[in-house]
Amino acid sequence: MNATADTYVTEDGRTIGGPVMEMKNITLRFGGVTAISDISFDIREGEIRAIIGPNGAGKSSMLNVINGFYHPQEGEIWFRGEKRKPMKPYQIAQQGIARTFQNIALFKGMSTLDNIMTGRFTHMKTNMFWQAIWKGPAEREEIENREIVEHVIDFLEIQSIRKTPVGRLPYGLQKRVELGRALAAQPKLLLLDEPMAGMNVEEKEDMSRFILDVNDEFGTTIALIEHDMGVVMDISDRVVVLDYGKKIGDGTPDEVRNNQDVIDAYLGVAHD
Amino acid sequence: MTNATVLDAELDTFPKLLARNAVKFADNPAYREKEFGIWQSWTWSETKDEIDALAMGLIALGLEEGEHVAVIGRNRPYLYWAMVAAQSCGAVPVPLYNDAVADEMAYVLENCKARFVIVEDQEQVDKVLEVQEKVPFIEQIIYVDKRGMRKYDHTHMNAYKDVQAEGRAGHQRLEPIMRERQAKLTADSTCVMLYTSGTTGKPKGVVLSNLNIISASKSSAEFDNLTENDSVLAYLPMAWVGDFIFSIGQCFWTGFCVACPESPETMQSDLREIGPTYFFAPPRFFEGMLTTVMIRMEDASKLKRKMFAYFMDVAKKVGPALLDGKPVGGMDRLKYMLGNIFVYGPLKNTLGFSRVRVGYTAGEAIGPEIFEFYRSLGINLKQLYGQTEASVFITQQPDGEVRADTVGVPSPGVEVRIGDNGEVFYRSAGTFVEYYNNPESTAGTKDPEGWVATGDAGFFEPDTGHLRIIDRAKDVGKLADGSMFAPKFVENKLKFYSDVLEVVVFGADRDYCTAFINIDLNAVGNWAERNNIAYASYQELAGHPEVYKSIKSHVEEVNKSVAEDPMLGGCQIHRFLVLHKELDADDGEMTRTRKVRRRIVEEKYADLIEGLYSGASEVSTVTEVTYEDGRKGSISATVKISDAATVARKANAA
Repeated sequence: MNATADTYVTEDGRTIGGPVMEMKNITLRFGGVTAISDISFDIREGEIRAIIGPNGAGKSSMLNVINGFYHPQEGEIWFRGEKRKPMKPYQIAQQGIARTFQNIALFKGMSTLDNIMTGRFTHMKTNMFWQAIWKGPAEREEIENREIVEHVIDFLEIQSIRKTPVGRLPYGLQKRVELGRALAAQPKLLLLDEPMAGMNVEEKEDMSRFILDVNDEFGTTIALIEHDMGVVMDISDRVVVLDYGKKIGDGTPDEVRNNQDVIDAYLGVAHD
Repeated sequence: MTNATVLDAELDTFPKLLARNAVKFADNPAYREKEFGIWQSWTWSETKDEIDALAMGLIALGLEEGEHVAVIGRNRPYLYWAMVAAQSCGAVPVPLYNDAVADEMAYVLENCKARFVIVEDQEQVDKVLEVQEKVPFIEQIIYVDKRGMRKYDHTHMNAYKDVQAEGRAGHQRLEPIMRERQAKLTADSTCVMLYTSGTTGKPKGVVLSNLNIISASKSSAEFDNLTENDSVLAYLPMAWVGDFIFSIGQCFWTGFCVACPESPETMQSDLREIGPTYFFAPPRFFEGMLTTVMIRMEDASKLKRKMFAYFMDVAKKVGPALLDGKPVGGMDRLKYMLGNIFVYGPLKNTLGFSRVRVGYTAGEAIGPEIFEFYRSLGINLKQLYGQTEASVFITQQPDGEVRADTVGVPSPGVEVRIGDNGEVFYRSAGTFVEYYNNPESTAGTKDPEGWVATGDAGFFEPDTGHLRIIDRAKDVGKLADGSMFAPKFVENKLKFYSDVLEVVVFGADRDYCTAFINIDLNAVGNWAERNNIAYASYQELAGHPEVYKSIKSHVEEVNKSVAEDPMLGGCQIHRFLVLHKELDADDGEMTRTRKVRRRIVEEKYADLIEGLYSGASEVSTVTEVTYEDGRKGSISATVKISDAATVARKANAA
């Protein structure tokens, strides 16, 4: 890998490394429908990468490809300098990729704490036998994991809802808990599927702050899908724009903003 | 100083008290804080180690004797240590209100010329940096929480832990300097400088000496038999004198344990977990808590509601008498015991009051029903009357002589007299040294003999010797017909209704009294929900005809009770309106301790007041509001004005 050659430092002092994930000529079809056609882009170490596009552009499909939920018919995915074989989502989670969902996927009846604890699952080594006996390794492991989870709770400032069942929380907080669960896995790459959908301005501001803080404090690489252009342009380092399954733009927020294809896609120029 | 209290020379400064506690109570917990879901504690010997390390680190950074060190943040052990560490360096700590906006901070930071500012987190650092553009004195910022701070320019900024590490590393060089500086401190050295909340004008720095703080802590601890086995929860602003007395003064004097909540939002559950034995809260807090309890009871099952109603009646009848040790019949005792098992015990546990031995409330008058509610549960809630300038204590209620309408007898070592105009004066060992750099104000408040004017009008009850406060002396005026006008007297009566949050009464030099009323969104919102009244905003709810109707009935009830007072019968409210926004400290309408700034409200809402006296039935107005981050916006509203029935005054008894 030629990582070092590409390393650069952003205006606000973060170091962006070489590509951690490269998508090469990805094509994904569902029967006769081509959801993604021949798309290539990369995600660099330490950056915030946004994927945007109008409804049905293939953003979520793209995230599901990265996440291993969908397997593309064509193309290659390179992760950390290695070509990735077809994998199950949990295997990909073990590689250090965590995600949140567009429509919150938490355990509604469980407390915030327990929900975030589930994010530690891939890191638990003791088997069911030890966990049933509880004393010894399982207990030690639980304490270690709880400590990591408590740091996440502190980080996201959700101490006051630690014991509250998630179903009782307002939407914005549920989104934060979901981010917490993804963070608890201590991911190298964090995928966020519309983290601000349905939020009011204040909640969006909070969430943007947390995303920036995660990136800054832990150096986590973040790929996010978002509809709110203001947010995307403010927080991301680079943006890739999809429309009708094709890539129509890729670059810094400023470059993308001035790209005629992107403007057309968003202002609704007729497609042939 | 007159009436000199002499302190033991071994225990007349906080570093000396710390050294004593680190030996005497070495393994007792001194400070606790909930962090990462667990109560972390520091024993007295660990506390001394932390404070010394920070003090030495501050000396290494160049902190000089006699300087002011500003401390900004919510209640955290680290910041309490910072204050004592500053003292150990011969400097003077100046705690600031952490929710103040940058502009308010700028005034205080400029006034005290602090070179060192010790803050909690990024939020406070940002404010100080903003202030720094205008106030050139700030040189070093020390922050506790590292989060989000990596990218800041650290040429004049350090993490708290790093300063401590530097202090520890250089202890051979720095410790002698620190010991030498500590040795120079005496009872007359300045202990702390606290800024008054400034109900009138700009805040003033109140200089309190070690003698002031330690003697006030000592005598108040003796008054209530506080020992090293007690514990408190520190949740009130650190810049307030009471918090300094409880969380440092009495804590260091007696060696009891101070617990700090995890975050402001978790205060209630942290209170329950800690179960303090000694507790202080402003009346507003007790009101809020009672409102929550009542709202939750209304949603409870029928059986529980009945049980609650029955046993609360029993408690009301005999609870206070039992608390005061008065004789109570056997049957009532039995019922109270049952009530304790079924209702009072679990309720106190939920509220976090299971272990409270002494509770105080002060700052404002408390509603008699609210006061009785807590006392009837067996919580020894008492009132005190105090001031920053007095190191808190002027009068307090002894056990067994507790009433809602008085503030008690003079605290030990405090002399109180009533001036010719009814104003309350006091002097004591706790009486402040001076206002910082403000000899005129000092002279205007404290006379050469040490008597301090409180600015409050009050009188001693002839039978009991208890002090009663009527109002701020300067707010007491006359109506146009010459009868006495004391707004607070009426406001307090109205504020005791659970749906009324705040009241401002006008009437000085006018023909009759009028009032602004703020509804309590919690209580009224719940009421609206139960009665299927839809509302989209505070403003809409405040203007709802049903709300007006119920407020009007409160006003008319109050008018009846006001009419019975021989002196203040003229203060009945003829017209009132419900304000379209909550009075807020961010808008300057209240002080940070949540007292109404009358003059500012009067100026800001001049159009509404005009409406009250012009006979109009509604007034349209636009009000500027300030958001928490300092941005401004405005809301416009049409506010209705309602008339209220008044009662003919009883013939003056005298």
